[in-house]
Amino acid sequence: MIVAEQKPIKEILEMVKDYNKILVLGCKGCVTVCNVGGSKEAAILASTLKIAARKNGKKIEVEEHTLERQCDPEYIDEIKDMIDDYDAVVSIACGVGPQFLSERYPSARVFPGVDTKFMGGAVEHGIWSERCAGCGTCVVHHFGGLCPIARCSKSLLNGPCGGSSNGKCEISKDVDCIWDIIVRRMTELGRLEELLEFVPPKSWITARDGGPRRLIREELVL
Amino acid sequence: MSEYKSGSNLEKVLKAGHFAFTGECGPPQGANVEHLKEKAAHLKGCVDAVNVTDNQTAVVRMSSWAASLVLLQEGLEPNFQMVCRDRNRLAIQSDILGVYAHGIRNMLCLSGDHQRFGNHPEAKNVFDIDSMQLIYTVKTMRDEGTFLNGQDIDVPPKLFIGAASNPFAEPFEFRVYRLAKKIAAGADFIQTQCIYNMDRFREFMKRAVDMGLHEKCYILAGVTPMKSVGMARYMAKQVPGMDVPASLIKRLQGAGKGKVAGEGIKFAIEQIEEFKEMEGVAGVHLMAIEWEHRVPEISELAGMLPRPKV
Repeated sequence: MIVAEQKPIKEILEMVKDYNKILVLGCKGCVTVCNVGGSKEAAILASTLKIAARKNGKKIEVEEHTLERQCDPEYIDEIKDMIDDYDAVVSIACGVGPQFLSERYPSARVFPGVDTKFMGGAVEHGIWSERCAGCGTCVVHHFGGLCPIARCSKSLLNGPCGGSSNGKCEISKDVDCIWDIIVRRMTELGRLEELLEFVPPKSWITARDGGPRRLIREELVL
Repeated sequence: MSEYKSGSNLEKVLKAGHFAFTGECGPPQGANVEHLKEKAAHLKGCVDAVNVTDNQTAVVRMSSWAASLVLLQEGLEPNFQMVCRDRNRLAIQSDILGVYAHGIRNMLCLSGDHQRFGNHPEAKNVFDIDSMQLIYTVKTMRDEGTFLNGQDIDVPPKLFIGAASNPFAEPFEFRVYRLAKKIAAGADFIQTQCIYNMDRFREFMKRAVDMGLHEKCYILAGVTPMKSVGMARYMAKQVPGMDVPASLIKRLQGAGKGKVAGEGIKFAIEQIEEFKEMEGVAGVHLMAIEWEHRVPEISELAGMLPRPKV
């Protein structure tokens, strides 16, 4: 899923300080799963904004609504009759949401309520970890099912750098050296010799480096 | 066609079978050319080539190619270092052409310390290619005469290709395989990380020799003399992939006030003496960090002078 984190409340308050009718818009997709942008979080944020305004002696109207997904025009359309009632929208979907909203409703003032972090999953309750860099050409099967592009700090493809120590990455003791894990796993699997083969320079043309990406599936195009 | 790959002094010294001796010089954090020249002057005549570091520890300094050119003008042979952190394959290949055009003949290929260590942690890194692929790039340009895209190069750069090896980083068992991989990718010579744990290095070299790696590539053992107990402790605790045995720290502590640096040099000289005899070791890479003025003394005491003229 796409993992996000709520922006500091101070930052959100600063964004919306000049607006009196605010819609907090949640999303039932990834951000609901990572407990940051679903209907529950939309309700909490709406109350927080109201309380903060009241504290400042200001009365504002804040309502919340949660869409099935904010990355789908069909669901974005759902709010077409209500969006004009608000002078600001705080989207707590991933970075896709505010953009789909801005594109569909050009006159709306849309603010991001969360910071989109990465593609990953929950490794423990309350702890999420990155897994995919979206390079556009998956190679994890060469590395014991683990991705060195997303998980090595230097995206090395030919083995661990000299900074790997006690299974940790040189950048922080809190970061696992994925190459340490890959080497151990491939050794256990009896497939170490696969790591001895030279991996030539990767083409990043399918990654973000190749420019903003688009995917067309002809059979699905109406 | 020359019998040499690059014709660098370092290559000639190694090929002639001499025990090579390389030094290191970090470019200034500024455009202080005089200071750089002063540091380089200490190394002149003491070593066969001088590594010029490339924004080491991710701290901005004068670019390694520019400082290499200064050394060249001063009559020293640079070993131009390049890291993959700050350049994509376009910049890498154009810099390789540029340094060759200006007379640089050795190049050390590295991944580079992550920028989070350095003085611009907010920077975006590149890592378009890794150090292994950088070795392959230089070799392709030299031996195939083509760029990475297969296009012909009009006058290919002929560089003596170096790579690093850290026998002390983990996973330990994989390190010798990684060395083998670097050699297969095109490394002509290897300079190791600073060695302090001699037992572990002996074990590493034994494995390398068993695999015949020393016959395919020149392996230079890395030596950095300890200047103080504080430095030893710092290296042990703060520098990733560095293995400083407690016994060495104890030895330095035991040297007594004002004698620690001398003890550090003594240990370095003992190491060099052992490396001279160690099977598979073709030379020593002396990284006297901000201690260039002590290099003549260390070289003398280690019996490395005079350097061979090839």
